[in-house]
Amino acid sequence: MFKIVRKKVLNPTVTLMEIEAPLVAKKAEPGQFIILRTDERGERIPLTVADFDRYKGTVTIIFQVVGATTEKLNHLNEGDYLHDFVGPLGKATHTAGLKRVAVVGGGVGCAIAYPVAKKLHGQGCEVHAICGFRTKDLVILEDEFKNASSKYILMSDDGTSGEKGLVTDALKKLIESGEKYDEVITIGPLIMMKFVCALTKEYDIKTVASMNPIMIDGTGMCGGCRLTVGGKMVFACVDGPEFDGHQIDFDEAISRSNMYYGFERHKHEDTCNLFKGAR
Amino acid sequence: MANMSLKRNEMNVQDPNVRNKNFKEVALGYTEEQAIDEAKRCLNCKNKPCVGGCPVKIYIPDFIAKVAEGKFEEAYEIISKSSSLPAVCGRVCPQENQCEGKCVRGIKGESVAIGRLERFVADYHNANCKTWSEKTVKNGHRVAVIGSGPSGLACASDLVKMGYDVTIFEALHTAGGVLVYGIPEFRLPKAIVEKEIKGLEALGVEIKTNVVIGKTITIDELMDEMGYEAVFIGSGAGLPKFMNIKGEGLKGVYSANEFLTRMTLMKAYENDCDTPIMQAKRVAVVGGGNVAMDAARCAKRLGAEVYVVYRRGMEELPARHEEVEHAVEEGIIFKTLTNPIEILGYTNENDKRDIKNNTVCGMKCVEMELGEPDASGRRKPIIKQKSEFILDVDCVIMALGTSPNPLIKSTTEGLETHSWGGIIADENGKTSRKGVFAGGDAVTGAATVILAMGAGKASAKAIDEYIKTSKI
Repeated sequence: MFKIVRKKVLNPTVTLMEIEAPLVAKKAEPGQFIILRTDERGERIPLTVADFDRYKGTVTIIFQVVGATTEKLNHLNEGDYLHDFVGPLGKATHTAGLKRVAVVGGGVGCAIAYPVAKKLHGQGCEVHAICGFRTKDLVILEDEFKNASSKYILMSDDGTSGEKGLVTDALKKLIESGEKYDEVITIGPLIMMKFVCALTKEYDIKTVASMNPIMIDGTGMCGGCRLTVGGKMVFACVDGPEFDGHQIDFDEAISRSNMYYGFERHKHEDTCNLFKGAR
Repeated sequence: MANMSLKRNEMNVQDPNVRNKNFKEVALGYTEEQAIDEAKRCLNCKNKPCVGGCPVKIYIPDFIAKVAEGKFEEAYEIISKSSSLPAVCGRVCPQENQCEGKCVRGIKGESVAIGRLERFVADYHNANCKTWSEKTVKNGHRVAVIGSGPSGLACASDLVKMGYDVTIFEALHTAGGVLVYGIPEFRLPKAIVEKEIKGLEALGVEIKTNVVIGKTITIDELMDEMGYEAVFIGSGAGLPKFMNIKGEGLKGVYSANEFLTRMTLMKAYENDCDTPIMQAKRVAVVGGGNVAMDAARCAKRLGAEVYVVYRRGMEELPARHEEVEHAVEEGIIFKTLTNPIEILGYTNENDKRDIKNNTVCGMKCVEMELGEPDASGRRKPIIKQKSEFILDVDCVIMALGTSPNPLIKSTTEGLETHSWGGIIADENGKTSRKGVFAGGDAVTGAATVILAMGAGKASAKAIDEYIKTSKI
């Protein structure tokens, strides 16, 4: 059992939790992920590590309520326990030797992009952070990103916060203005990463995308998280979760991500009704 | 007086048309009378060929003699001298190729039903014995066991009985390895596995779930920082194979590992469990081993029409005879001498956002015929010209075998492996790293529960010798 030591609501649909998991905290690196189960009958879901504190022995996760499991997770509070919490899984973000990087995050993906930006910034790399959200109420980690970058650009779809437009608009503007990057790191919705990668391909800038497909065990056993990268089958859990964005078959990944669409919607409604009944 | 009937005692099973809709155990086991009657068929012959056919050399005629006398608990004691998991092996061993394959009674009739007797004895013990074995006196030496499948459990069991302080590390949230994530409930009830594991814990084995060795902790840390003097790697062969044909990325294509893990470990078929599973109408399972049978029978129980697609013939199916028989009885359709060449996906030309797009809508196959025997001694399947056809299915499960997981290899310096991923170890489990032993599927590639168990036991003995000679 793994204790929730801190819970913070970041916006109406996104929550931060700090979990006591000393073994995971000892090893975690930006880019890696954990798998958790809320209860004995729960499913295993992967979440990328948002932060870690080796001294306190805690790992921070940030999640958006999108389905039954995240709904259940969101109903847990400080002092409650998660049934299972395992990791760190996957490979860490490759940061060595990078001097100038654009970190492009979208929505809750910014939570995962943040530790990467922080690590790069900490090792003296020039970080330009571009974070995109649908609207003002959904903005997260604004101050954190400002502290972990030399340039921070906030974008919103409706213009209620920062500039109006997409992250690709901001990235294109920076590139056109003459900014040079060793690498672009993008983390967010699949459709956003697809367009970020399409853009950087035009300019021939190496781009890494962090994938978060459906998976069960996270150790290479089920193959459910398979993706096509450069025409070859890879498993996101052990070969990734980060891949060369110019090689990823995003259309296949998008299609596979909605494999259980009907089931998930139904289960989420059931869970919501359950919580409503409990109130 | 020996029972000279040429036929073995049939074991009661659930009716096929009832059981193919539930997940309860298919085989119901012998009654005491049936067990005694069957035991009397054993001739207790001098050269005991059955023992030679058993990978862990159970004293088969001896335990059967006790069954014939109605002394079931004594029979259990004899089995448990050689086997750690009799209730499991009685159910899942391929006896027809092992003990029963060598039985003298099998020459003129049916062999003695050794597996069913083993199962009976173990179930009798589990039902009647309420106490756990006593803890042994600790010798102060610590051993880490990686993986809680058959090899790890057997290794831990023998070591703890010798007095070692044993910790098992398991990557998943439940201990048992393939016994809990792979083999379905209707073939191996999870309560049986749980009981075996509780028994080990009562002996003093500590089990740490949710720890991925190679990720959470490395082997070097286990030995250098955490004080384990030896390590046994029983991490199995969990990496699924695919065919590398077009369409394997479509929605509705599973590896058997994923499908069975969702069904068996995560209990996706139970309404109150959160793990989803595709509600398919027509399922093709590709492959002919036990895992293929398990996946096919699970899919049947979810209400689908199920095909087993196998490139050789019925005779060549590598699955246990009983599993094939049960699958046929349950209404699984065997498409043998058939091989898939492409999986087809649905496309709605008018609506690119249709959620059904890229979902399996068929599997293109070719017919095969058998040619000359190949290197494995089996007749090689050859494609029949112009035999292409489309099998109408909406879900495909690939049960083509598995290979060892590279996680430990990639994080343990100096641990030598074969090019196909198996850890290199001698017959006692000794690897290229001092103090590191390995056994089971991690060494051999996917094999059987009993072979893994035997390897775990051999390593336990070797670890004991290693620690005694190097430390004391």
